Amino acid sequence: MDGIKRGNAVTRFFRWLGADLREIGRTFAEGDWRTKLSFLIMGFGQLCRGQIARGVSMLALEGGLLYFIFGFGWQYLTKLVTLGTIETRQDGRVTIYGHNSFFILLYGILGIVAILALIYLWRVNLKQNREAEGLLAQGKRLPSNKADLASLLDKNFDKTLLALPVLGIFIFTVVPIIFMICIAFTNYDVTHQPPSKLFSWVGLDNFRELFGIGGGSEGFGGTFFYVLGWTLVWAFFATFLTYFLGMAVAILINKKGIRFKKLWRTILVMTIAVPQFVSLLYVGKMFAADGLVNAYLLKWGWIKQTIPFWTNATYARILIIVINLWIGIPYTMLIVTGLLMNIPAELYESARIDGANAFQTFRKITLPYMLFVTGPFLLTQFIGNLNNFNVIFLLNQGKPQSMNLSNNAGATDLLVTWLYKMTINDSNYKIAAVIGIMVFLVTAIISLVVYNTMPSVKDEEGFQ
Amino acid sequence: MKRKQRINNTICYIVLILMSIIWLFPFVGLVLQSFRGESGGMVAYLVPHEWSLKNYQFLFGNSSKFLTWYGNTLTIAIFVSLLQTLVVICVSYALSRMRFRGRKALMNIWLVLGMFPGFLTMICLYFLLKTLGLTEAGAVPGLILISVASSGMGYYVCKGYFDTVPKALDEAAILDGATRAQILVKMIIPMSKPIIIYTALVAFMAPWCDYIFASYVAFGYEKGYNVAVAMTRWVWTNDYQGFFTRFCAGGILVAIPVTILFMCLQKYYVEGVTGGAVKG
Repeated sequence: MDGIKRGNAVTRFFRWLGADLREIGRTFAEGDWRTKLSFLIMGFGQLCRGQIARGVSMLALEGGLLYFIFGFGWQYLTKLVTLGTIETRQDGRVTIYGHNSFFILLYGILGIVAILALIYLWRVNLKQNREAEGLLAQGKRLPSNKADLASLLDKNFDKTLLALPVLGIFIFTVVPIIFMICIAFTNYDVTHQPPSKLFSWVGLDNFRELFGIGGGSEGFGGTFFYVLGWTLVWAFFATFLTYFLGMAVAILINKKGIRFKKLWRTILVMTIAVPQFVSLLYVGKMFAADGLVNAYLLKWGWIKQTIPFWTNATYARILIIVINLWIGIPYTMLIVTGLLMNIPAELYESARIDGANAFQTFRKITLPYMLFVTGPFLLTQFIGNLNNFNVIFLLNQGKPQSMNLSNNAGATDLLVTWLYKMTINDSNYKIAAVIGIMVFLVTAIISLVVYNTMPSVKDEEGFQ
Repeated sequence: MKRKQRINNTICYIVLILMSIIWLFPFVGLVLQSFRGESGGMVAYLVPHEWSLKNYQFLFGNSSKFLTWYGNTLTIAIFVSLLQTLVVICVSYALSRMRFRGRKALMNIWLVLGMFPGFLTMICLYFLLKTLGLTEAGAVPGLILISVASSGMGYYVCKGYFDTVPKALDEAAILDGATRAQILVKMIIPMSKPIIIYTALVAFMAPWCDYIFASYVAFGYEKGYNVAVAMTRWVWTNDYQGFFTRFCAGGILVAIPVTILFMCLQKYYVEGVTGGAVKG
């Protein structure tokens, strides 16, 4: 089933490509000299026919892109295959800089993007010419400049609105991600750092190292699965404990007969309002060996020695989950409070008449409703927790480290904090890139599986 | 029955009071430490032996760049808040109200992009910014650019809200001769005040916590730090013993305006997160 679909997509793509190429040919064969010249000078036809706004923008875009590709990108594009061949060397006291692999890769990608953009615009340019010719042949008038510009605020308003955001995302999100994926196939690390050294393509070597195939691994694969395991455990507890306890708190505050509801909520919400780097750093220090908690426990005589909250792996893990409750409960509480009011009161009323106790009403009415409504929220929370950098990093930076783990991983390190350490402390970019791709895969798989089994997706009418 | 309920309520109150103490304890500690006169890091008592304002005096004095850092963060927060809200409104309107080719594809691509861990692109972004001259001395505009550039992908909550505005209103306006731009400015924006305030508030609060990328972009250039980067270094450097109380004082100064703003706009925040949670 899936195979057929994919096959269809491929054939459909080629059919579309063939039709498009034929269309380009027809545009050239049937077009007049203005259109023919537009194949080289974009916007020429539009300018000749009086569509100044379109013509000028096309011409300007062509000029700009060509200048970028040949004036700037070309020198990098040509070296993209090798990522540079001339090493930086010392000639006596003078350093003679060779090629810089990093910039070759980065600007090479930008160059390719520019070429693709040029091809796309060229195609749009041809379409506009063909369309204009068709209109003229039918004896109709072309849209004037004024109409063209005005449509940008009306019929084509989406293009105006989306142009800048899409461009921004493209340059500052898509290009870096492509770059990062490329890095995973190179040997860019501390011994191959530009500008003094070159790095080059190595194929799948980094992935082989991750899964321990082909020797050379110092327990790297093991560490990866250790960290991945803790990341999943953490995300599970961090999400579901805060969810259920937050719901309990919301129900508690919402209970009939409890006064000062607003006060309780405001107190809890303080943790959302205060920037996390202030509160988490302070809380982290509270549990340090010389921190307040240990000091008071000693003073009251409850313990004889300080509890190694941050240096014992198990304690550190439990403590992080507990402190995360402090951050997370208010958030869930806010959401659940808002939703509790939506549950029809009659449901509770009839349950009470039937003699159900508080726990039964919770299990049979509140919980199913909440799970149904907040399914997508739980998923985003879970994904967010997989990548919850702040809590781990501000509290204890993923410590305690262990000799058994490679690449300075610690017992509370999530994949993302480990990855961060690898780039910042060890400059191990190639492995960090591989880990990044793995994080993406984990996230994508979980999202897909959960999303497809979620009741609110499968059964949209369930609670309406 | 009455008695049982009273006991029940009493237990609830006890739980709530205990929770309040736990939740407020770190903040009380933070305030008390910020007024502590004696030096040293974390100490084994909560109430300072000697009260003093010297930590605050240090922050406002000439020997610290605290005011520069504070100014940096405030500038970033204000610009990011304004520009990001603008971008989110534009994207949400286009995706919610307009139907164009590639709309579904765009949304799906953005969804997938969001699954890549952001830090990985840091190295690349750093060099992109460096090419533009926006690192170190230019860290503040650089950080604004990065935050705003990718903010279009955070349209979910806002679009969800726009979707609830009946389409019949748009059609009526178009019949009356209004353009799409006029519909957005004169109709949708005034009707969506809560969600716009929510978007702006969240965008305003984020830069105060931005540690990772900010530390990377400033790269040791002290004048380009934001408060989070600068003060996290105070806690983590080995002389944190001397700087701990100053960190507390600075933390209070950062927390007070942000907290007050949050509390004032709490109503909108609740509306935003609740709506966002339900619609995903």
